[in-house]
Amino acid sequence: MKIVIIDYGAGNIQSIKFAFQRLGYEAVLSKDAEEIMAADKVIFPGVGEASSAMKKLRESKLDKIIPTLKQPVLGICLGMQLMCHSSEEGNTQGLGIFDVDVVKFSKDVKVPQIGWNQITNLKSDLFKNVKEKEHIYLVHSFYAPLCEETIAEAEYGLEYSAALKKNNFYGTQFHPEKSSEVGEQILRNFIEII
Amino acid sequence: MLTKRIIPCLDIKNGRTVKGINFVDLRDAGDPVELAEIYAKTGADELVFLDISATEERRRTLADLVLRVAEKVNIPFTVGGGISSVEDVDILLHNGADKVSINSSAVKNPQLINDLVAKFGSQCIVVAIDAKQIEGEWIVHLVGGKVPTALNLFTWAKEVEERGAGEILFTSMNHDGTKDGFANEALAKLSTELNIPIIASGGAGNMQHFTDTFIEGKADAALAASVFHFKEIEIKDLKEELKRNHIPVRL
Repeated sequence: MKIVIIDYGAGNIQSIKFAFQRLGYEAVLSKDAEEIMAADKVIFPGVGEASSAMKKLRESKLDKIIPTLKQPVLGICLGMQLMCHSSEEGNTQGLGIFDVDVVKFSKDVKVPQIGWNQITNLKSDLFKNVKEKEHIYLVHSFYAPLCEETIAEAEYGLEYSAALKKNNFYGTQFHPEKSSEVGEQILRNFIEII
Repeated sequence: MLTKRIIPCLDIKNGRTVKGINFVDLRDAGDPVELAEIYAKTGADELVFLDISATEERRRTLADLVLRVAEKVNIPFTVGGGISSVEDVDILLHNGADKVSINSSAVKNPQLINDLVAKFGSQCIVVAIDAKQIEGEWIVHLVGGKVPTALNLFTWAKEVEERGAGEILFTSMNHDGTKDGFANEALAKLSTELNIPIIASGGAGNMQHFTDTFIEGKADAALAASVFHFKEIEIKDLKEELKRNHIPVRL
């Protein structure tokens, strides 16, 4: 099993690497297109601001590679948002894998949302052995609205996508690597049954 | 529903926990990593490591500690204490910290908040504010509450939000160490006037204090040290009590 974490300079990569290590898997950091294409599983992390992360992705030409990947790909947090059609943050054109536009939370709620929220309406093997309403950890100011590709929902002023799936592409708005045992189960599912 | 967070705070000196740790089941009571693991397993939502070292090697020791914590702990954690530059933050986040907390350096150089937010994003920049109520007015203090500034708490908090900080950690120096409850009036005012999460700190003595700070203080999270370190309050019991009071928690 070769797990590659895409290293394009915009992610809390160490935490993800350690999370796999706790599960007994060695994950490799790489920005090399061939190494990424040869992996069994690909993790696409991301924290920070959308337009500057997208710029880094373009500079490394990975924006062309990621949408062509055939193996399971998991985007986390900003990684998931960049896999969408666009983001309101920095008026950013995304990779267009998920057919949804990322927008900012309204001022009716505190922004960013920071903390543990519940996931509901779970619709994928990614959530095998994960119960409805389990808690996961999120930090974000922008969100993907509900859409056909939604496979988990969360509520923060409104219902939105906590996770997305299209073909071999998966994305979680939450941080499985920081979501205690629930997050570990989700990462294990991605590695072992997806 | 987003839950209210319970955050134990660990004081760190030269890579070791400082004082007030009374866990009989710890092999090494001074090891922050072991303590962090126990808190993660027993229901803490997040951890804060506050470095109070004053040595030359401080930066490297703290960066090493962050790496060791990230390796073992599966919940988010924040690191604070003496952080004063973009380079400081870069290494801590790179080593696996989820957020950093800045305090005096932000007061001395408010532009640092903007610089950090531009480089790393709002979501990982916490600004800690220590304040003391003097003749009715809340005044921002530095150096653990010893040195008064000319800043009013609410004015400064607003500026911190406008400069892009993702969260505010407010410690009342009037309440810190008293075990008499949190500064709920000031907290509620912060929470109402600002639109970013507020962490309450200073004054936790019993479980009712946490209920009060979430309801009256409108806090998004509550931080405490000694009540957890001395096992005066078990986090699981606390969360069950909060749940009975209809406060959303992760159990």
